[in-house]
Amino acid sequence: MSLKIIVLAKQVPDTRNVGKDAMKADGTVNRAALPAIFNPEDLNALEQALQLKDQHPGSTVSLLTMGPPRAAEILREGLFRGADGGVLLTDRAFAGADTLATSYALACAVRKIGEYDIIIGGRQAIDGDTAQVGPQVAEKLHIPQVTYAEKIIKIENGKATIKRRLERGIEIVEAKTPLVVTVNGSADECRPRNAKLVQKYKYAKTVSESQNQDNDYLGSILDSRPYLKLNEWSVVDVDADLQQVGLSGSPTKVKSIENVVFQAKESKRLTGADVEIDDLMKELIANHTIG
Amino acid sequence: MANFYLDNSDLKHHLTHPLMKRLVALKERNYTDAQKYDYAPFDYEDAIDSYEKVLEIAGEICGDIVAPNAEDVDHEGPHVIDGHVQYAAGTQKNLDALVKAGLMGISLPRRYNGLNFSLVPYIMAADMVSRADAGFVNIWGLQDCAETIYEFASEEQKQRYLPRVCAGETMAMDLTEPDAGSDLQAVMLKATYSEKDGCWYLNGVKRFITNGDGHIALVLARSEEGTKDGRGLSMFIYDKNNGGVTVRRIENKMGIKGSPTCELVFRNAKAELCGDRKMGLIKYVMALMNGARLGIAAQSVGVSEAAYREALSYAQERRQFGKAIIEFPAVYEMLSLMKAKLDASRSLLYETTRFVDMYKTLEDISKESKLEKEERAEMKMYQKQADAFTPLAKGMGSEFCNQNAYDCVQIHGGSGFMKDYACERIYRDARITSIYEGTTQLQVVAAIRHVTTGTYLNMMKFYESQEISSDLIPLRNRLKTMTEIYEKIVTKVTETKDPEYIDFHARRMVEMAGHIIMGHLLLLDTTRCDSFRTSAEVYIHYGESEVTKNAKFIDQFDIEDLEFYRMK
Repeated sequence: MSLKIIVLAKQVPDTRNVGKDAMKADGTVNRAALPAIFNPEDLNALEQALQLKDQHPGSTVSLLTMGPPRAAEILREGLFRGADGGVLLTDRAFAGADTLATSYALACAVRKIGEYDIIIGGRQAIDGDTAQVGPQVAEKLHIPQVTYAEKIIKIENGKATIKRRLERGIEIVEAKTPLVVTVNGSADECRPRNAKLVQKYKYAKTVSESQNQDNDYLGSILDSRPYLKLNEWSVVDVDADLQQVGLSGSPTKVKSIENVVFQAKESKRLTGADVEIDDLMKELIANHTIG
Repeated sequence: MANFYLDNSDLKHHLTHPLMKRLVALKERNYTDAQKYDYAPFDYEDAIDSYEKVLEIAGEICGDIVAPNAEDVDHEGPHVIDGHVQYAAGTQKNLDALVKAGLMGISLPRRYNGLNFSLVPYIMAADMVSRADAGFVNIWGLQDCAETIYEFASEEQKQRYLPRVCAGETMAMDLTEPDAGSDLQAVMLKATYSEKDGCWYLNGVKRFITNGDGHIALVLARSEEGTKDGRGLSMFIYDKNNGGVTVRRIENKMGIKGSPTCELVFRNAKAELCGDRKMGLIKYVMALMNGARLGIAAQSVGVSEAAYREALSYAQERRQFGKAIIEFPAVYEMLSLMKAKLDASRSLLYETTRFVDMYKTLEDISKESKLEKEERAEMKMYQKQADAFTPLAKGMGSEFCNQNAYDCVQIHGGSGFMKDYACERIYRDARITSIYEGTTQLQVVAAIRHVTTGTYLNMMKFYESQEISSDLIPLRNRLKTMTEIYEKIVTKVTETKDPEYIDFHARRMVEMAGHIIMGHLLLLDTTRCDSFRTSAEVYIHYGESEVTKNAKFIDQFDIEDLEFYRMK
């Protein structure tokens, strides 16, 4: 039984290696200083999708991402690792979206894609850390959701068996397809980019990217190889309601952002003697820092 | 979060050497595959872009997976379970990553599912993998045994075996036996043909076999009963799926501990002949060894790189007497010489790789269509240069690798002697490079005829004729003076016509040639990219003193003096 799999992915600033210039003076993220990467847990999600594809020959994995035109990189990155195609949801009207507006736009795009058995995304993105988009997409599509997944064990007879990683243990659940699954960072790491796929897809481009094509030969290749054309959809393409997308569809208003700098105010130096460690533990328990 | 390709701009420098344009065009048969395969390049720029993108993948796996696993792999090592090898957990992860990334069968043609890459990016990947984990490169790098199947096996065998290599099955090269090490003519593993079953059976023992439990092995065995020398040996392909070979033990080695070095017992192991009978040692092992020597030259450079980087970062951090130790002349001299040796041996490695690739590619083309007269001459020229440079790259590269590993530990001082720093592992791993696939002494045996017949001298003259930046002329003049000294000494030694005397001084003369050639290569590198200037200066200083030292030794040496050295 082949599956139609959709992977939700987001291009995020790499907040894992934050330098001094990561934030601007006004408290917003300095995107120029942080490299744009494939959100790490979305890569875990992609791996789950690719494993399902390995188990179910004939399955297809499509990536769905929303972002500025350069987020097409995410689609290519997915193709390099084994995805079959993808859609970039891009439109000025989508800009400034909070999780509600984002999940609305994604749900519209999923409806436009049509048939699917499973939608897999990362638990959360490392820029916003909300973990809301996956569940909201499920709600909007009126389908079940399984969060904190570590492994999609199997899908058969319209049911998915999924291992969840929870704070105090693991849980194995069953859910009806189609469904949304959000995947934890503890799941299998994504396979690397593949040498042949990189060579096959390196010229894959969205329409707006290929408009600037000045190499004639490359132009003819793009025409003769339809898989190099990446889908790019606007608000109109997915029949979205302008009031519900972007800034106008986002009830979340950021009042202010503080740039928090951690620094030690009172520091103590311990020699490492047993009695000192003992005292420190007692102190930390007493002031509820631990325990 | 390290990428061993992107953090080392020297690799791109060598990847884009001017000769590559012609080399890649030959390898790609003028880019005709682009019509047939969706991953084939359509021109030179496209090919180099693909090479780079794939090397970035390899570099990322090396930096993020292989290097971080190296320490655990070194501690854990492989195990024998029921006569078969189980790799250390980290080794298996490394291999899985490289297989999934499609980094197997890199230089095999696309019709066997290979990437059809030039040997240059393949060796570059080996260079990076070695930097990450010198032991692991042996397992991954044995894919170049597939080159031997590609060159000599039947089409039917190629179709059966090569796609398996590209899909990630590992290989082994079963040559050494307890009584046949450097002297492979003494191989005794018995191959018997069964008329009844229509196949060969192998019986006997092999020893020191790297990755001996690999899926597909090339086995050197005695097919001609009653013979005693190399003419009775043939090459066989053993497929692990057929069974018959068990691993009796894994050697407990000083270094490259992640690489399983196996003792193998063959009990009626079914095998098939590869190529022609009796050509095993004479032709196929020679080809196999030449490929393997280039691989060890790459391993040496990769380990040198690791040693240099460890030493540099320690010397920058470690403070004594109120300053970083890198500020002391005794330390910075060591470091700059390490860097110069690293750069010199890498330049020689890629020069050699291009020569090998040029002649092999032309040879491959000659099987499809007759070469033009000029192309035949070109092929012969590159073959000769490859023959001359391979033992030099392996011999000197591995000695430099050992020297760099030694200095790396030295710079770490007492800490380097502890198990806490990577330099200790690098030091142990480096040691094998000048021993296996022919010791340095055997590389000298292979190289000396290029001293006596003038191949090296001709190459020096050729490099002298190449255009370089005018400000480098004084350095080149010093190399010219070194060449005069070299020429004089070589004449003095060869004129004696005394084989023992020539052998006695062989290493000194080969090294002199090596220093001069590497000096020239660094000048050409500096002309293309100024970042090599320091290494060129430092290396030529060093090479000059080495050349003079060796010349002085030989000059002061009479044939009669050999008597003092002959040990009973």
